[in-house]
Amino acid sequence: MTAGVASASLRPSAQPATPADAIRAEGVSLTFAAGGEVTHALSDIHLSVPQGSFTSLIGPSGCGKTTLLRAVADLEQPTAGRLLVAGQTPREARLSRAYGYVFQAPALFPWRSAERNVRLPLELSGMPKAEQRERAARYLGLVGLRDFKRRFPWQLSGGMQQRVSIARALCFEPSLLLMDEPFGALDEITRDTLNLHLHRLWRQTGLTCVFVTHSIPEAVYLSSRVVVMSPRPGRVVEVIDVDLGPGERPLDVREAPAFLAVAHGVRRALRAGHSYD
Amino acid sequence: MINRLGSALPVAAVLLALVAVWYPVAMWMNHDAAASLADEGASAGDVWRSTLSLDRPLLPAPHQVAGEILDELSGYPVSSPRSLVFHAGVTAGAALCGFAIAVVLGTALAVGIVHARTLDRSLMPWVIASQTVPVLAIAPMVIVVLGHAGLTGLWPKALIAGWLSFFPITTAMVTGLRAPDPMQRDLMRTYAASGVQVFTQLRWPASMAFLFPALKVAGALALVGAIVAELPTGAQAGLGARLLAGSYYGQTLQIWAALFTAGALAMLATGVVALAQAGLARAWGGRL
Repeated sequence: MTAGVASASLRPSAQPATPADAIRAEGVSLTFAAGGEVTHALSDIHLSVPQGSFTSLIGPSGCGKTTLLRAVADLEQPTAGRLLVAGQTPREARLSRAYGYVFQAPALFPWRSAERNVRLPLELSGMPKAEQRERAARYLGLVGLRDFKRRFPWQLSGGMQQRVSIARALCFEPSLLLMDEPFGALDEITRDTLNLHLHRLWRQTGLTCVFVTHSIPEAVYLSSRVVVMSPRPGRVVEVIDVDLGPGERPLDVREAPAFLAVAHGVRRALRAGHSYD
Repeated sequence: MINRLGSALPVAAVLLALVAVWYPVAMWMNHDAAASLADEGASAGDVWRSTLSLDRPLLPAPHQVAGEILDELSGYPVSSPRSLVFHAGVTAGAALCGFAIAVVLGTALAVGIVHARTLDRSLMPWVIASQTVPVLAIAPMVIVVLGHAGLTGLWPKALIAGWLSFFPITTAMVTGLRAPDPMQRDLMRTYAASGVQVFTQLRWPASMAFLFPALKVAGALALVGAIVAELPTGAQAGLGARLLAGSYYGQTLQIWAALFTAGALAMLATGVVALAQAGLARAWGGRL
């Protein structure tokens, strides 16, 4: 039961990129210019996400956690610094479909059934139909929706819709799963269940997950590492390792002293990075 | 069944109310004509009764119009210029061709406008300006000009019908093709989807909910365009020609019969669009 606290915000950038890093950010900055006003969404981010880790990005609104995730996904362009995703530029990684992305909302296509929504990325890549169906069935099963494949989005609850979108992100079997507050809009009970499912999924698949959230318990429960960020300008304050022992994490672990110690560390780091002036 | 009855009842009630108002108005409007035609010494009651059976009433009674329609529909062979089926067919043909032009042109314009910023800036103002031209007012001129250019018969009418009806399709499709939210577009981007894939898998299906209401409006507009295009140049065939000839010779029954037929055609067009929409909705799980 160690809650190792490592300051990684000023890691020397000369350190060579190891192949074990799923994501590597070196001095990444990103500014938005709108109406003559410049916003420093990301400022000199140094971060490495080890292969197979579950990394949460946590911080208050405006700290750039979503922007960082979007930059990794090549949905935003950094204005300075170097960003590597699976050893490639974000653009190359996107074009080679190296990652799956789960958005804040399910973003399902209402004219497609659950199964056809999951098959969307497979259709786009021209996979044979039989294999598409087999994959869709497997991943819908993995998120517990095997019997709902013919349902349309409006016939599914919010939590089920988000599970379909997770199956959709997994079905083309990327080694990296990027999730942007996927459970933010759900009620707490549904959220707990999905956290349990997601942690199990991560343990089973050996995926690298990057998870954006603003919930401390969620971040600590799911993660092997928590990256604490702070706003204006968006920067990394602290990287906190979470060691709650190997194996299954029951939801009860959130009341264990080890868990509370890590959560406390995260809260303190958040407070340190967040000033209201 | 209950559903169908539920929607039929209000329509029937409105129809009944309309007919109930129509009869007294018709009697009142036709009274002067009936009085001048009445025999010497006819009683007031006889005059009132005859208001509903005049040959050329100012306002024919509903049963007279119905009788005229039945007569014109069934009294002559379909190919005869006295048959209402013949005239309805001529107008429907022109309207349908105009509608097809509108769908193709309207959609093509929308696709261009959505995909090319320059087209958005250069084309959209012209699309809007096109609708400020009172085509209905200058239709005779258009027909004459097109006739000089060697275009006669169905196509000039179809062009006017198409001109009138492409606008709702263009505006609806521009909105519809832009309907996908940024998240859905980002999603396609994370899949490295090509422009064609984004169009066929996201923009096009998303636009369908906007297309069908526009098609209903466009169908009715195409019919209006075809009828108006038949009015000038003494067109020999079509519901517009029937209207014109009817007003020429004071054949009010003929006018009303043509009007009701046009209304029925418009309802038929709307019904066909609704049927197509229902079919697509079924394929999409019942929501469109």
